[in-house]
Amino acid sequence: MEIILAIGIGILTASGVWLLLRPRTFQVIIGLGLLGYAVNLFIFAMGRLKAGAPPLVHPGKVDTSAYADPVPQALVLTAIVISFALTALYLVVLLTARGITGTDHVDGHEAE
Amino acid sequence: MTPSLLEHLTILPIILPLMAAAIMLLLKEQRYKTKATLSLAVCAAILGTALLLLQEASVGGSGGSDTARVYSLGNWAAPFGIVLVADRLSTLMLALIAVVGAAGLIFALARWDRAGPRFHALYLLLIMGVNGAVLTGDLFNLFVFFEVMLAASYGLLLHGSGEKRVRAGLGYVAINLTASLFFLIGVALVYGTVGALNMADLAARVPYIAAEDRALFEAGCAILGIAFLIKAAAWPLGLWLPGAYSAASAPVAAVFTLLSKVGVYVLLRLSMLMFHPDSGDSAGLGQSVLLVLGLATVIFGGAGVIAAQRLERVIGYAVMASSGTVLAIVGLGQANALGGALFYMTASTLASAALFLIAEILVRGEDRAAIGSDAFFDDEYTDPFEADDVEEVGRVMPRSLALLGAFFALAALVVASMPPLAGFIGKLGIFIGLLEGEGASLPASWWVIGILTFSSFATLLALVRFGIEGFWKRDESHALAVRSPEFVAIGGLIACCVWLTIAGGAALSYTEHTGDWLTRPGDYVAAVLKGRL
Repeated sequence: MEIILAIGIGILTASGVWLLLRPRTFQVIIGLGLLGYAVNLFIFAMGRLKAGAPPLVHPGKVDTSAYADPVPQALVLTAIVISFALTALYLVVLLTARGITGTDHVDGHEAE
Repeated sequence: MTPSLLEHLTILPIILPLMAAAIMLLLKEQRYKTKATLSLAVCAAILGTALLLLQEASVGGSGGSDTARVYSLGNWAAPFGIVLVADRLSTLMLALIAVVGAAGLIFALARWDRAGPRFHALYLLLIMGVNGAVLTGDLFNLFVFFEVMLAASYGLLLHGSGEKRVRAGLGYVAINLTASLFFLIGVALVYGTVGALNMADLAARVPYIAAEDRALFEAGCAILGIAFLIKAAAWPLGLWLPGAYSAASAPVAAVFTLLSKVGVYVLLRLSMLMFHPDSGDSAGLGQSVLLVLGLATVIFGGAGVIAAQRLERVIGYAVMASSGTVLAIVGLGQANALGGALFYMTASTLASAALFLIAEILVRGEDRAAIGSDAFFDDEYTDPFEADDVEEVGRVMPRSLALLGAFFALAALVVASMPPLAGFIGKLGIFIGLLEGEGASLPASWWVIGILTFSSFATLLALVRFGIEGFWKRDESHALAVRSPEFVAIGGLIACCVWLTIAGGAALSYTEHTGDWLTRPGDYVAAVLKGRL
């Protein structure tokens, strides 16, 4: 499971970075989205990978290795909401820039 | 005295602007007088709170010893709950934010708050984010407050619209979104290796990290550092700053000077807490990087100040140089010089905010066409500036040029840290601190002194050039129209700089105590965790 997740995060990150460095605003926003996915999966993975383990601990003496860590799950949730909202905001700026400058180049004018 | 109520003082700077911003959304844009009154009241309350906390921190806690005021949200004890920590450094930042925030707001009341929708809500959210970022004692809440601050700053940068701002916004938003992703990766790595997010808890656990996890932990801290270096505009991660800050409207640019200082604050806080000399194998992590990047930033800022063709860009580069100065001192790890650096940071932030406000008045009328946007929301009024011009062009005072010129000269002296004003006291404090003890024999100290002196003269040169053009060689065909709130805002900031000079002894002793307090992270940890370890 680890190797599949690691490859997945790697592909997402590589594609995201490549798109982020492209000259079109649409490519940039897709790149940011892919990077966001990669980062969220990464945070999740930092809480160790466990399938089917409950995140809440019963009272009393417990073996913590049988449970999933709830903190990264909470962090991911927060990060998803924030990056979603800010990507939406970037989309608005992107469309405004397209309307004002008449081009979708990140510099606001076509490269000579 | 009701101790139970006073305990909640720490959260006021966060909760007040948050609630007021929510109320703003319920009010129509036409009711700008109500909004302005509410914003002013909130800023005044924050200023009062910040000064109270500052006063408390300066006399020390009960028994006169240094301590931190810890506020546990929902009364969950750290490290399980979320804590706000107001220690000497946080309260100093809080007071600085409150002063610059209030000045920016007063300046905006003259005209800028009507140049686009939702100004007051965004402005208060920005203040809330910055306050939260300096108060929080928790790495993940730092992220959340950073995002609140950045989200509000995206809206504020676009305030007033126009092609210049939208283009600047496009780059600014993309860079900061990327920085946020770096922040998240860093937080995840730190949590994955240490298992803690509370800063005090982290500081206590760093010496005991397992050897096989240490490399991963340090990589996480380095990635976290990149996020803050982008925010603090360190070279080469800060090339976005002059463009973005010079495109923003004046009151927004003034509060933006605080944002880069928050990046510096976090780097200072985290490196003093986690990598102090007693923290085992990770002691002094990244210090040499901070020193080199800080000095490179000062050189780059100094060169940019000379090269820049517009006053707003000059100030942008000066802001970079001032961030770089503090970063270099943090990297040098000389506790003696920290006090001077903090003093310098306070004074230069106040003065560069004032300069941004003055710069806008000087170029006013040049790009009138660019401001004033089309109605976007149906309750907004269209083209606020047109109606404005007919009714009043601002009080044309014969003395306004002279007074503004004097303000400019004073602010320029502080930013360039020339005697006799506060900036000079700060830099002198840095130099004396560096040369005390064994520092004089370190070549790095002399490098720092040389480069800081260069940036002072470069800034002075550039500002004198723009001062002559702006005030002496002024085209008299259109008189300088300055409104009274604008005078109050600039005058207030300048008065703070002058006060910092007159009360320089007391203020410098406060910042020196702060530097001293930062070198004893054990006290901070003990205050937050209350002997839990």
